Amino acid sequence: MTRFMDPTAELAPEARIPLPKAASLAGLRVGLLDISKPRGNIFIDRLAELLTEAGASPQRYAKPTFTRIAPVELKQQIATECDVVIEALAD
Amino acid sequence: MHHYVLVVKEDCETCRMLQPVAASLAATADIRIVSQDNPNFPAGLPAGTCIEDDSALEQSFALKVEIVPSLICYTDGLEVSRLEGWQRAEWESTTGLTFAAALPAFRPGCGSKSMDPGMPEKLAVKYGGAQLKARRLDIAEGEDEVEACYDRGWSDGLPLVPPTEIRVVRMLQGTRRSPAEVVGEVPPDYVPCTIEKIAINAVMAGCKPEYLPVVIAAVEAALMDEFCMHGLLATTYFSGPMVLVNGPLSRAIGMNSRGNALGQGNRANATIGRALQLIIRNVGGGRPGGVDRAALGNPGKYTFCFAEDETGSCWESYAEERGFSPQVSTVSLFAADGVQGIVDQKSRTPESLSRSFAAGLKVVSHPKMVMAADAFLVVSPEHERVFRDAGWSKTRLKEELNSLLQMPGSEIIVGADGIAEGVPEKLKDAILPKFREGGLNIVRAGGSAGLFSAIIAGWGASGKIGSVPVTREIVI
Repeated sequence: MTRFMDPTAELAPEARIPLPKAASLAGLRVGLLDISKPRGNIFIDRLAELLTEAGASPQRYAKPTFTRIAPVELKQQIATECDVVIEALAD
Repeated sequence: MHHYVLVVKEDCETCRMLQPVAASLAATADIRIVSQDNPNFPAGLPAGTCIEDDSALEQSFALKVEIVPSLICYTDGLEVSRLEGWQRAEWESTTGLTFAAALPAFRPGCGSKSMDPGMPEKLAVKYGGAQLKARRLDIAEGEDEVEACYDRGWSDGLPLVPPTEIRVVRMLQGTRRSPAEVVGEVPPDYVPCTIEKIAINAVMAGCKPEYLPVVIAAVEAALMDEFCMHGLLATTYFSGPMVLVNGPLSRAIGMNSRGNALGQGNRANATIGRALQLIIRNVGGGRPGGVDRAALGNPGKYTFCFAEDETGSCWESYAEERGFSPQVSTVSLFAADGVQGIVDQKSRTPESLSRSFAAGLKVVSHPKMVMAADAFLVVSPEHERVFRDAGWSKTRLKEELNSLLQMPGSEIIVGADGIAEGVPEKLKDAILPKFREGGLNIVRAGGSAGLFSAIIAGWGASGKIGSVPVTREIVI
């Protein structure tokens, strides 16, 4: 294990803090990534409906194949086009 | 009450030679024998003599042993003398014993294992670490060290040298000042900044320990009230601190004052300027998008640091102008934008060349702005030669430039030349100097070929309302 010496004023806690959570999804662009497994689209369609009812704008994306990690270009596209992303894994 | 501590290592020929001496001492005196590499060495000691195994070197570190053998002599618990290596006469007079005639009169010792390359820092971390106060952060096994620095927000965008304890201890060897000394409060958060925090950031910037005193002086200069570091950070303007180093230390640490002096490629130039910026970022909390509101910034905000070429110059240095002896090393800070070149390959008289300089200086900030930004004019050797040959001092050149830079109000009032920017209408009949008094500075640097000089314009808020250049002596 490596040990660093803190170069900062030590005003922030040692553990890194996640970005603040959105209080509401209303008006936000929400990324939904389909990993391209069979029937995943049905589940995500329903999620998109619910998000739309909540006032959010769902944005749909899909990986070319579930067998590989998402291409960098796709990750960059999601990062530039969305305010929040729902990340989940299921089968 | 007398007692002794004898520190030895088997790997040392002199220590091996002195095994009978160690045996005599152990038989007659109150002595601790400390062995660095073999707990069964020395051999031949009286039965029951205990040898302290110091393979971890904790005792050697605590005793500050540099040479083996070392015979440390105590009276009533206080060290009164220390013999290093073998000098028969001194060992005999100190111990009151007589040693075998076969031993030579003198034989030097060997380096203590605690002084092996890299070992003093390791031992300082292991056994002397309590004196360093910074929070320790454990980086997980799978984490890349450089990425870990990025993830924690410490970087200016370029990779950092990971600030491990050993690197920080090594860095602190570059100064005699205490790690705990507070040099001031760094804006924008106004947090007390210790020598230790400066050292940690100097490590990350890529500094060598010998640069640390320069970095410390640069931080001290940045914290001088008249430099106005808080405003300089917060401004929407381009500027950031430019670091100018004068004096013998700039040459001793190999700073570049000649070809490409304002450019890349020299470690000291690059890392000293970067360290200052990292301290503002990490200790002060000043970050782009936070308190740093620069509309565009400039590339010098990564690092902007160079030395003046004093040895080649016919003029007194900037530091001498500020009252410092040429034997003293200094750091000067200027709230600077980027570099604007002046090309003049045809002037061979100081009159003509100074007019070129004045034409370039006229456009600092805006051709119609006066007494706003200061400027540094960096005169290259081929341009300086023109003044040298004509016998023009730096003062004369400044006077000439200031007289050429008297701006008629009618040309720079609002609306003149179809430009809304300008000084108030009421100044149309005035003659206004381009630079406030003392606002135009001249230094010499650069390579031997090229009839080019450089203008480094300053922050639009100069003088009492903003920032003035500051100079600090470098203290080792």
